[in-house]
Amino acid sequence: MAEDIKFKVSIDGIPVEVPPGTTILNAARQIGGDIVPPAMCYYSKLEGSGGKCRTCLVKVSKGSEKDPRPMPKLVASCRTTVMDGMEVQNITSPEVIEARRGVVEMLLINHPLDCPVCDQAGECHLQDLGYEHGLEGTRYEFERRTFDKIDIGDKVQLHMTRCILCYRCVFVADQLTPQRVHGILGRGDAAEISTYIKNAIDNDFSGNVIDVCPVGALTDKTFRFKNRVWFTKPVDAHRDCPTCSGKVTLWYKGEEVLRVTARKDEYGEVEEFICNTCRFEQKATSDWVIEGPRKIKHTSVISANHYEQLRPPAVVKKNLTLQEANKEQFERADRLLP
Amino acid sequence: MQSLSNRKKVLEQKPMNFWERIYLPAIFQGLSITIKHFFKRIPTVRYPEVKRPYSKNFRGQHSLKRDEQGRERCTACGLCALSCPAEAISMISAERQKGEEHLYREEKYAAVYEINMLRCIFCGLCEEACPKEAIYLDGEHVTADYLRKDFIYGKDKLVEPRFDFVKEGETTT
Repeated sequence: MAEDIKFKVSIDGIPVEVPPGTTILNAARQIGGDIVPPAMCYYSKLEGSGGKCRTCLVKVSKGSEKDPRPMPKLVASCRTTVMDGMEVQNITSPEVIEARRGVVEMLLINHPLDCPVCDQAGECHLQDLGYEHGLEGTRYEFERRTFDKIDIGDKVQLHMTRCILCYRCVFVADQLTPQRVHGILGRGDAAEISTYIKNAIDNDFSGNVIDVCPVGALTDKTFRFKNRVWFTKPVDAHRDCPTCSGKVTLWYKGEEVLRVTARKDEYGEVEEFICNTCRFEQKATSDWVIEGPRKIKHTSVISANHYEQLRPPAVVKKNLTLQEANKEQFERADRLLP
Repeated sequence: MQSLSNRKKVLEQKPMNFWERIYLPAIFQGLSITIKHFFKRIPTVRYPEVKRPYSKNFRGQHSLKRDEQGRERCTACGLCALSCPAEAISMISAERQKGEEHLYREEKYAAVYEINMLRCIFCGLCEEACPKEAIYLDGEHVTADYLRKDFIYGKDKLVEPRFDFVKEGETTT
């Protein structure tokens, strides 16, 4: 009986029914589209993540059916669970947009805007967020924080200056790898990701910290400065791996596999974590079974200058004469697309 | 048929009068125009020796700029190549080694930077896309050549020559 209870929630006026205990963010993700709050620190595959970056703030305009008072402040949607009859405003509330702009500005205060050098550029969540919500200039006049460079192994490159302290990589270390060797040292402004007594990260699944990092703080050393993400071509592939699922995305440039990552969904979260052997060692096409090109959102810079997809204007769909006139185009598109 | 715009003028040819029939006034009029041009300033420029000044917003050959310390500004971010509608630009990046800080401004630099001048349409989008103010189309015309391969300009032709600062008290050798 209790399992069947579903809470009716409305997010930006769109109703959805979710089981109790779901967070507002996950309820919004069930609807999908523009109303999903952005998340920099929450990661559905990592237990306990979320609640740190505050980019997912939403306004609860009606607490529940029984207690319809609105919540006094904006709440972090990744940590707030839904109540029956809750009404949430995300992009319809100017207050939320304003607050999010402030959060992005705070995140960017200490971020060195070295996107031209950073390997994460093009698939960086902070870049997207800054593009959507950020200001063009900064109001911060002081020097940005800097750190001494720390070598955390020959596979993973740590750029502490780019870190936004989302703790995702720490959760990966806690939950995926048998012995945690890195964490956060220091507090507040001085907090930094590091390894204990400069131990190198050496675990079967430690490479996943690269995938979960929303910014370019942890990047692949084997891919370092090899190429820009948007010039490489993502291809889905799998292999028979004894330690992980072996389902990955290969990033090709010409004939060469430049890097291997886990497959990421529309929220930038990996579908399945992959092991270090798959990520760092297997970089020949012969190691993999190719499944086909990876679908990339057409709004992403990675799909810039790739014209294979035909996007007929909406008017063509309704008009039979126009459909007939463009028949050849459609047939060609069908032939090219798998 | 009636004209739609009402701007049509119908010409009719009248028979020539006496002065027109002897043709001499028309010949002298034509000759006078020709002779007048002997005394006018010649607009032709003898091109390779004499060059016309380029306009300020002329877009010619690209140059990769250096910063005020003479280091290369380009970090091989690839935005010029991404924005290039003709896909004329390609590059290979490399990491700056220790001791090369006086050569390259950032951690990463373009080890190879090539522009295919046959592909380039001189639209200036690379200049606009560059976040580091490293590329400008401020050169002159790209010169003609005989072989296609000679139109692929590498860093040897694109990078601005090192300008030497002479500090006060120092002398150049």
